[in-house]
Amino acid sequence: MTKMEFSGPGLSSDQWERINDLAVSLQPAQALWLSGYFAGVGSTARGPSGFDQVAVLERAKPEQPLAPAVEARTLTVLYGTETGNSRGLAKTVAEAAKQQGIVATVSDMADYKTRKLKDEQDLLVITSTHGEGDPPQSAVAFFEFLEGRKAPKLPDLRFAVLALGDSTYEKYCEGGKRIDRRLEELGAMRLDARVDCDVDFDEAAPAWIKAVVAKLAPQDSTATLTPVTTRASTIAPATTSAFDKQNPFVATVIDNIVLTGRGSSKETRHIELSLEGSGLVYEPGDALGVVPRNDPAVVVAVLESLNLAADAPVSVKEKQLTLGDALSSAFEVSAVTPRFIDHWAELSGAAALARLRGPEQTEARSAFMREHHVVDIIRQFPVKGIAADALLRGLRPLQPRLYSISSSLAAVPDEAHLTVGTVRYDLDGKPRAGVASSYLAEHAAPDAVVPVYIQSNPHFRLPQDDAAILMIGAGTGVAPYRAFMQEREARAASGRSWLVFGERNFRSDFLYQTEWQGLLKDKVLTRMDVAFSRDRTPKAYVQDRLRQNSRDVYAWLEEGAHIYVCGDAAHLAPDVHATLLDIIVQESGRDAAAAADYLAALQRDHRYQRDVY
Amino acid sequence: MTDTPTLDRSRDLSQPLDKLGPDETLKANSRQLRGTINESLFDPITGAVTTNDTKLMKFHGIYQQDDRDIRDERRRQKLEAAFSFMARVRLPGGVLSASQWLKLDALAHDYAGNTLRLTTRQTFQFHRVLKTDLRALMQGLRDVLLDTRAACGDDTRGVMASINPHLSAIHAEVYALAKQASDHAIPKTGAYNEIWYQQESGEVKEPEEPFYGRTYMPRKFKIGFVVPPSNDIDVYAQDLGFIAIVSRGKLKGFNVAIGGGMGRTDQAPETYPRLADVIGFIPVEQLIPTIDAVMSVQRDYGDRVNRLHARFKYTIDDKGLDWIKAEIERRLGQPLAAAKPFEFTSNGDILGWVQGDDGRHHFTVFIENGRVINTPALRLMDGLRAIAQVHKGTFRVTPNQSLTIAEIAPEDRLIIAKLLDEYGLAGLNVGSALRLNSMACVALPTCALAMAESERYLPTLLSKIEPILDAHGLRDEPITIRMTGCPNGCARPYIAEIALTGRAPGKYNLYFGGGFHGQRLNKMYLENVGEPVILEALEKVLGHYAKARQPKEHFGDFAIRAGYVAKVTEGRHFND
Repeated sequence: MTKMEFSGPGLSSDQWERINDLAVSLQPAQALWLSGYFAGVGSTARGPSGFDQVAVLERAKPEQPLAPAVEARTLTVLYGTETGNSRGLAKTVAEAAKQQGIVATVSDMADYKTRKLKDEQDLLVITSTHGEGDPPQSAVAFFEFLEGRKAPKLPDLRFAVLALGDSTYEKYCEGGKRIDRRLEELGAMRLDARVDCDVDFDEAAPAWIKAVVAKLAPQDSTATLTPVTTRASTIAPATTSAFDKQNPFVATVIDNIVLTGRGSSKETRHIELSLEGSGLVYEPGDALGVVPRNDPAVVVAVLESLNLAADAPVSVKEKQLTLGDALSSAFEVSAVTPRFIDHWAELSGAAALARLRGPEQTEARSAFMREHHVVDIIRQFPVKGIAADALLRGLRPLQPRLYSISSSLAAVPDEAHLTVGTVRYDLDGKPRAGVASSYLAEHAAPDAVVPVYIQSNPHFRLPQDDAAILMIGAGTGVAPYRAFMQEREARAASGRSWLVFGERNFRSDFLYQTEWQGLLKDKVLTRMDVAFSRDRTPKAYVQDRLRQNSRDVYAWLEEGAHIYVCGDAAHLAPDVHATLLDIIVQESGRDAAAAADYLAALQRDHRYQRDVY
Repeated sequence: MTDTPTLDRSRDLSQPLDKLGPDETLKANSRQLRGTINESLFDPITGAVTTNDTKLMKFHGIYQQDDRDIRDERRRQKLEAAFSFMARVRLPGGVLSASQWLKLDALAHDYAGNTLRLTTRQTFQFHRVLKTDLRALMQGLRDVLLDTRAACGDDTRGVMASINPHLSAIHAEVYALAKQASDHAIPKTGAYNEIWYQQESGEVKEPEEPFYGRTYMPRKFKIGFVVPPSNDIDVYAQDLGFIAIVSRGKLKGFNVAIGGGMGRTDQAPETYPRLADVIGFIPVEQLIPTIDAVMSVQRDYGDRVNRLHARFKYTIDDKGLDWIKAEIERRLGQPLAAAKPFEFTSNGDILGWVQGDDGRHHFTVFIENGRVINTPALRLMDGLRAIAQVHKGTFRVTPNQSLTIAEIAPEDRLIIAKLLDEYGLAGLNVGSALRLNSMACVALPTCALAMAESERYLPTLLSKIEPILDAHGLRDEPITIRMTGCPNGCARPYIAEIALTGRAPGKYNLYFGGGFHGQRLNKMYLENVGEPVILEALEKVLGHYAKARQPKEHFGDFAIRAGYVAKVTEGRHFND
């Protein structure tokens, strides 16, 4: 049975969605039976305030043949997430399963007891990928277990994997691929093929959800299922506030100042946004999603290179836009994806691009993508007379960017502060800039508006007020610690706090220097160490400071301190991690394996939290 | 001996600390100038030191400053002020060797923005030194036997001595005494070596400061040696001045002058500049005992309640010159002989080539406002380095912030002359006589006290005054002009014929009537005025001077005779 394209008389959208969900999962015979059932159910099914859908479904259960399987299997939905997308989808899939009468347990990989794995029966895995093919930070331990020698054989397990990723990265959706590969190795049976979603997962993910939920139903053959076609946004992650990623709040800029002083090698900005009237709330540690627009100059360059008119009409997700608007607000027009290379190789027939295709060209392709933007490729490999929609087909939807919020509502009600490093660099002799950071730098003057939403980050949270915290951050990684300290100051929290901050130059790059000085003076911040890597005095990084104070670091850990790491994923996080291991070995006399267990235990207890990017 | 039974001792060393100003307690509790300087240097969260330590570090020759040009900008950026430090070298008599010059040049390059500042007290200042570089700088100075002890603070500041290029033997003798005086009178605490050289404190011999005790002097104390007829050091501006008395080429001794000082505070009529009084004559061997006697009188009787009233000049005016002189004589154990006659002719430098009585040559180069730096137009720093690399004699920093390349053997004169030409340094002595007799303090952006520009502005102002001079035929008429960014008077403005002291950005007090050779204070002519008014006044008064002056009459004398300002005979009447 296919979904219907119109809603029935008087049904709410919620009702209609449920019916739609049900409809696509029914076999023709079941649908026929149900139509009769509804026809005959009569007024007894009507609640006091009208037609009660839930009541109907509950009534239907005892009698209808497609209700919970006789041989009931358990279902666990396991997610690994950085930004909350996987969690949202996990809840959606669980809800969809519930409507099939299947009760699912939704579990974060961060909290999942791995010894339960051998007893799982049906397992749906949704995970994002972090950095170059790594698991989300909070899921590292789960991945280690699953991919390690201690992982059990899983001959009775049925599974399906939804992989989230970002095609600008070379190791696209690798986290999901790793799980999918490994579960197969362990003998589990794949319910349905893995689906890899790019950042615009709102089409592929619902399709996967429908497909796997359908296959979970106890049926003889999944092959007889009617193929489904879906519409975009039929199912969206559950939302709790009026404003979210799809419907961002238009925040007014209160202030936008450059934090880095004269002579700095960087430009780091402090941006204050008003959330007044939005009802948006966040906790220290959360991120703010910023919906940017592309640099108008880049859009013009793309249009002119292809001889396309800015006012050419195009259709994007069923909305009519001009091409200029679409390139400004709907698509990435700077960074290149493998998909774009494929696309342009086909359009242009350029051998140089064609050579970059295929898995064995990974390295060359990566290098090429680093060194070229979209505009460089379309100039270098011209395509004559290209149509607007042909261009758009190769482009990836423009994604919001997430920034750790550097303020606390307890200190600044109705505001969210960001600490943003403006990304500027030269490529092929031409100045380039990061999409969102340059948007904020150039566009977000006081009184300008910026579309934003709150992105919860439950894996980066302050502990109870009396617990000690050790905050390690470099560069803009100091942002959440400003939020932490504002919160702790407002709450008059009694726990000790220690901040280890790193940047390039003391004179110009000591972000929020006077604020930290004030917090130290007021004893809100107990201790601060700094490391500057480009001063004449011996260059130092945060891990050097940790090492120099290893006795104190270990003492803090032993006394229950929670440890936080925020900043660069490629260097800071692994370097700090290795240093912590060394410190534990040195100060406790444990061997390396025991030290690793010690840190892993901290991670499990949520006492070692990371927010790295 | 004068007995003063009703002597007021309520404000001096005889009182308990809690009856005195807060700085007295700070000094007393500083463990002889150690304070928490070590901890402050170590604090990585700030480029500054604690407020108390900033005061103690002055005794070590170091001032905390910040770049005031960007103070506000940095505050908005949530960055602390751009703190840095000024370190002032102790250089008695302004004399240094060529190898010392090369070291100062290298240290300036490494730690101080590649510039050196010659000062009005004949020494060098390093500016913009970061806290983290201070120790390296001090240890670098130690390598060439220099230090910064007592270059600032409530102690004996750098001891000055005349340059006298003509009088080689007398200069050598007076310079040696100036150095001896400085070494004798500086603090003896081990704090300096411990903090800056990181030496172990070791066994401390008690008392660490036999002369100064725990609270040092009430304020700074300045000593200078002058050899007439030049009054280049402005001996009347010193707390304690020694005027060399030379007979038949031999140094006989010194007239003693006490109670000079420039500093004053705007809108505080109880503060004023004062010129020193000559109180007698001493033979050379009485020099050190006289320094001890004079300094100990000020140490014991100086005002320790109000720092604005703590200089020796106020002690003298409060207690009476006769009483002070008698107390000095009592401590010396004998009366001072009557002062010997002497004569001054100028307080400026003799620029250009001069041959000394020993046959060696000296070249004094005018360095505008003492700023040694390379610019696209003039590679002054490079030129002086090149000279230092071949020079076998010494350098002397003049009291007017210029530089003498001294003691050049006749056979080396050509080599030096060639380098002077090559780097364009010979051409620096060409300019209006007003410019060549000009002096400005550092002021903005580094000096915390400055209310207006000085070093960065005076050259511009002079370029606007020079057409007035040209119009009236005064281009080659030596007239002293001095500018400071505040009323404290680092460039000794109150004895210049024309002076400007800063009141606010672009606003100055204008003074006329100082003595050409430093013998008389000037007096305020206009208060708190800007450049157009200043130029208008100069046009009027200089024009009048050009027409109506008497033969050899100096501008300062004329300004009084013509009635533009009243003659100031005593410092306490400066504000009348």
